[in-house]
Amino acid sequence: MNAILEMAAGFDWSPFWISLKTGIVATVICFFLGIFAARKVLRLGPKARAAVDGILTLPMVLAPTVAGFFLLLLFSLRRPLGAFLYGTFGIKVVQTWLGCIIAASVIAFPLMYRNARAAFEQIDIDLVYAARTLGMSDLKLFWKVVVPAAGPGIASGTVLTFARALGEYGATSMLAGNIAGVTGTISQRIAYVIKNGDYATGAVWVVIMLLIALGIIIAINLLAGGRSRRQNRW
Amino acid sequence: MSIYVDIRKNLGDFTLDVKFEAEQETLALLGDSGCGKSMTLKCIAGVMRPDEGEIRINGRTVFDSAKKIDLKPQQRRVGYLFQNYALFPNMTVAENIMAGLERKGRMPKDERRRQAMQYVERLQLAGLEDRYPNELSGGQQQRTALARILASEPDILLLDEPFSALDATLRWEMEQVVRATIAEFPGTAMLVTHDRDEVYRLSDTVAVYKDGHIDVLDEKWHLFAHPQTATAARLSGCKNLSPAHREGDRLIADDWDISFAFPESGDNADPAWVGLRAHRFRLCGQDDPYAFEFEVVNRIEDTFSFILQIRKKGSQTERLIRWEIEKALHVDVPDTGYVSLPVEEILLLRE
Repeated sequence: MNAILEMAAGFDWSPFWISLKTGIVATVICFFLGIFAARKVLRLGPKARAAVDGILTLPMVLAPTVAGFFLLLLFSLRRPLGAFLYGTFGIKVVQTWLGCIIAASVIAFPLMYRNARAAFEQIDIDLVYAARTLGMSDLKLFWKVVVPAAGPGIASGTVLTFARALGEYGATSMLAGNIAGVTGTISQRIAYVIKNGDYATGAVWVVIMLLIALGIIIAINLLAGGRSRRQNRW
Repeated sequence: MSIYVDIRKNLGDFTLDVKFEAEQETLALLGDSGCGKSMTLKCIAGVMRPDEGEIRINGRTVFDSAKKIDLKPQQRRVGYLFQNYALFPNMTVAENIMAGLERKGRMPKDERRRQAMQYVERLQLAGLEDRYPNELSGGQQQRTALARILASEPDILLLDEPFSALDATLRWEMEQVVRATIAEFPGTAMLVTHDRDEVYRLSDTVAVYKDGHIDVLDEKWHLFAHPQTATAARLSGCKNLSPAHREGDRLIADDWDISFAFPESGDNADPAWVGLRAHRFRLCGQDDPYAFEFEVVNRIEDTFSFILQIRKKGSQTERLIRWEIEKALHVDVPDTGYVSLPVEEILLLRE
């Protein structure tokens, strides 16, 4: 008993807060970018749509380390963009918390984008037509009519995005590294402590991750099932 | 108070190519589904764009491909009633109607609500203003949609199959609401439907659509009394139609294998089709010029009448002629005999 209390007192909770902050910021970024991209892609012609959709979905299909490789290539201080950002604005992405956010956002983005797109595709187009004939501006009808009508799909996309961003490992470890208290996320901490044989600490984090994941899945089910009371048990 | 439309749009299977104008009246677009009626309304509203042509509402050009004018739907002042009403599901009745005040620009929230409540009263929605669309009956949803449209003070009303989502009882009730709305409305109203009875009760003028073009454009009573084409006859409720041709002083109805004296009363001297009104047959003697000898194939009891399916006696044709007769009278019809119709009920039609 005492051993557990002792362990809890000295326990380094920083990975939890780093992961949480990263997840929230990445989700906010993906929420707007994903909805924006979904809206734009739906307006493209069929060929351009297939191509752009492919590029936007790529991070979901690729191994995260491959995405991390490209991100490193882009933001390394020895590369034009990375050097420019650091030289001009003093912004450093590699080995910083910003790197965590960018890695998580890139990996989680397709979940938001694809869910938003699917939700938009199912909207009754007459709702949009009606809003237009009534004189509602396209921007207003998008936020007041389309987004609420696509609500459940967007909500579950948002939760999935958060879940993915929270647990991101591969790209984050390459771009941001595992600096304790700065970029050390839960996933990276688990890998690190297991590598050093500290299974007890690893188990604590695994349980935390499991609880979060379970909570998220239940949240999605409640969001998706809340609207329709239709009986479809069989 | 008028509408002028002259547009063309390629729709893949066929080309929408229509030209018409209407004054302050109700113009019905009557036709089978998928013949371009709704597309015409959508082009007028500006949510679909014609390939070329011109549209004027109350003399105001809203679309002109030659002059590169294409007003946004927001600027066209069109009141569009959608088949499924297209109420915003996340807004209450009052908020939906307030969305109709969008074009009036900024105003304080309570002023907006006060104005919306006038339409709530007018369409007898009082007490329902804070409900969401999924808590309303079909009729209440339609009232809300009408209130929202009227709040937007449109120049023209476009009603796209307004009753098709309602059951029979509600249909009649809502037709009265729509009729009252149209009667008070100071501009043109256009009604898309495939129900001839709705057309007859609600409209003044009818445009019969066929494969994307207007087959006949005529005043309602004239169209129903004297349809000129096979499509117009069918859509106005003529149930017996057959390809036909003239041979000397005889008219031959090819599908039914019958012939009778060519009715010289009509203005069509070389018809491609003939139509016989199902409820105007009468028993007659052999010497009636429009008589043919029949045999009854089936006697089908309908709600308020009997439907006799007849054909020329001895013929093996499967194209039966439909004769609708009062229930009390059908027992008087023998299994074979001679039948004819008043000459004005024999419709001589072009293709």
